[in-house]
Amino acid sequence: MFKDIFQKKRKYATIPSERALPGEGQEVLERPKREIPEGLMNKCSKCGTIQYSKELEKNLKVCPACGYHMRLNAMERIAMVLDDQGFVEFDADMISVDPLGFPGYSNKLEQQRLKSGLKEAVITGEGTIDGLPVVVAVMSFDFFTGSMGSVVGEKITRAIEHATEKRLPLIIFSTSGGARMQESILSLMQMAKTSAALSRLDEQGGLYISVITDPTTGGVSASFASLGDINIAEPGAVFGFAGRIVIEQTIRQKLPDDFQTAEFNMQHGQLDMVVHRKELRATLGKLLDMHSEKGGV
Amino acid sequence: MAGELPYEAPLIEMRKKIDELVQFGQEKGIDFTDEIARLEERYHRLEEEIYTGITAAQKMHLARHQQRPTALDLIQLIFTDFIELHGDRMFGDDLAVVGGLAKLNGKTVTVIGQQRGKDTKDNIARFFGSAHPEGFRKGLRLMKQANKFGRPIITFIDTKGAYPGNTAEERGQSEAIARNLMEMAKLSVPVIVVVIGEGGSGGALAMAVGNRVLMLEHAIYSAISPNGAASILWKDASKADQAAEAMKITAKDLLEMEVIEDIIPEPRGGAHRDYEASATFISEALVRHLDEMKGWSGDQLKQDRYEKFRKIGSVTFEPQAPIEAPQEPVEVDVASNLSGNAE
Repeated sequence: MFKDIFQKKRKYATIPSERALPGEGQEVLERPKREIPEGLMNKCSKCGTIQYSKELEKNLKVCPACGYHMRLNAMERIAMVLDDQGFVEFDADMISVDPLGFPGYSNKLEQQRLKSGLKEAVITGEGTIDGLPVVVAVMSFDFFTGSMGSVVGEKITRAIEHATEKRLPLIIFSTSGGARMQESILSLMQMAKTSAALSRLDEQGGLYISVITDPTTGGVSASFASLGDINIAEPGAVFGFAGRIVIEQTIRQKLPDDFQTAEFNMQHGQLDMVVHRKELRATLGKLLDMHSEKGGV
Repeated sequence: MAGELPYEAPLIEMRKKIDELVQFGQEKGIDFTDEIARLEERYHRLEEEIYTGITAAQKMHLARHQQRPTALDLIQLIFTDFIELHGDRMFGDDLAVVGGLAKLNGKTVTVIGQQRGKDTKDNIARFFGSAHPEGFRKGLRLMKQANKFGRPIITFIDTKGAYPGNTAEERGQSEAIARNLMEMAKLSVPVIVVVIGEGGSGGALAMAVGNRVLMLEHAIYSAISPNGAASILWKDASKADQAAEAMKITAKDLLEMEVIEDIIPEPRGGAHRDYEASATFISEALVRHLDEMKGWSGDQLKQDRYEKFRKIGSVTFEPQAPIEAPQEPVEVDVASNLSGNAE
């Protein structure tokens, strides 16, 4: 439904090439640079439309021109989806170590903390939506491209185990570039760990809703993000296992623009629905309500 | 020696010299027995030196050796009465995954392997051992069948990774891998995994959620191929050897990190030197580990598998205030406070 309204329109910036340069005698005019105060305006990374940051915030960081759902960090997502009061965070002070002594990893972790203001790529906790209790795990692409290392795996596993133990529904908001290669095999094993935890929730009859946001790929798409009883994606979100470039090199063909988007996945039966950010909270509330009748789950 | 690797060059050189000397002695009728014996001794010392100090990067090349035994090679040697079963019942029959029934020491088991091709034509048919979703689903179908009939599952891991193609994505590559991870955790029969060559990423893991994960001595197992890591980290895929060392991909590394339970020795120089000996070593390990789980209930097996993966990971806690969740600002009645102060 929304697919039609928010169809991605790729608009390319035109860069004058050699041939397009003005002919002899014509003066090359430099475009005057417009000074824009930091933070006042925001440029859509998809269509390039510039708008007031305040307006964008009001629109839940969805570009009013092209409908692109901009990336949110975990705190923004929690504020947007959960009820205002009563969020309790789990394992807030759990941080990564450098288990392999991988070159440059410790420094990179420090940089990521400073850059994003987050301690790791996921925040977990318990809160409510429309008054209904729910356990959530919310990933941030801001921190280390949302990559899953030991901390992400452990925090998510604990959240799943908490949901299983307390018989609460679980929602995971995924966004990730995949496994964190600086933790090599340990990060790969987090896929098995989180999925095994989900198997227990599943066998117990617990509800798990997976919300896929832009982008969700690699080890995260190939573990918990794909395992929801209900899989929801935001419009335009890239969701797939292998990267576009790798695939293009393998098949030696150009892939269509919409490859691996939410709409593409919808068409190929990988999703239950594509939900606009404005409708997300209400949709989740409804789903929780529909699963709440038999007492908790 | 057939299929030699670069680091074996000094050995080949020396072997050639010994052979030449033997031949020269025979032709001219001169007795070189002492010299030959001394050279043979030096050869063995050199061999010892080279093969005990195989680096992670060298193991990477060994694990990918064209002549290294494939899953089917080993299945034929380890088991008797192998009956291959086909198809995922949904889309097709992915030849990158083979599986079926077989007998190990007279007992029926389900065996599943990731299958590289033996030559170019075979490799094309088998997508170089990189499975599509139908391959993972075929594997899962056979595992569920084993679960139904209560027989152990043995999987052989040997893949660069899941097939990175548009068709695989369209049919839900992510879902297929994820589903296997979740469903393997639910199995009530013993699952033994043996990484026989390259354990590449999610494609390997999708069939590797076992009670016991074993690795051949020179096999490797990692989250991303060393080539991939090098191209991402240093924008240079040719630094794969360097990445291989940093990424801790060898059986010894993984045993130390408690990701695997056991290392299966290989014949000197690698599994490709002696298929029969390799099969014997694997067979012994399989029987031993199955025996250890004898009499375990389904719940016990599930619990054991859960705990095995549950404990993997390395984290720490920062002794600082947790990040505050965004909350409505607490409304303080400023007016009344002010008036109170004024009084």
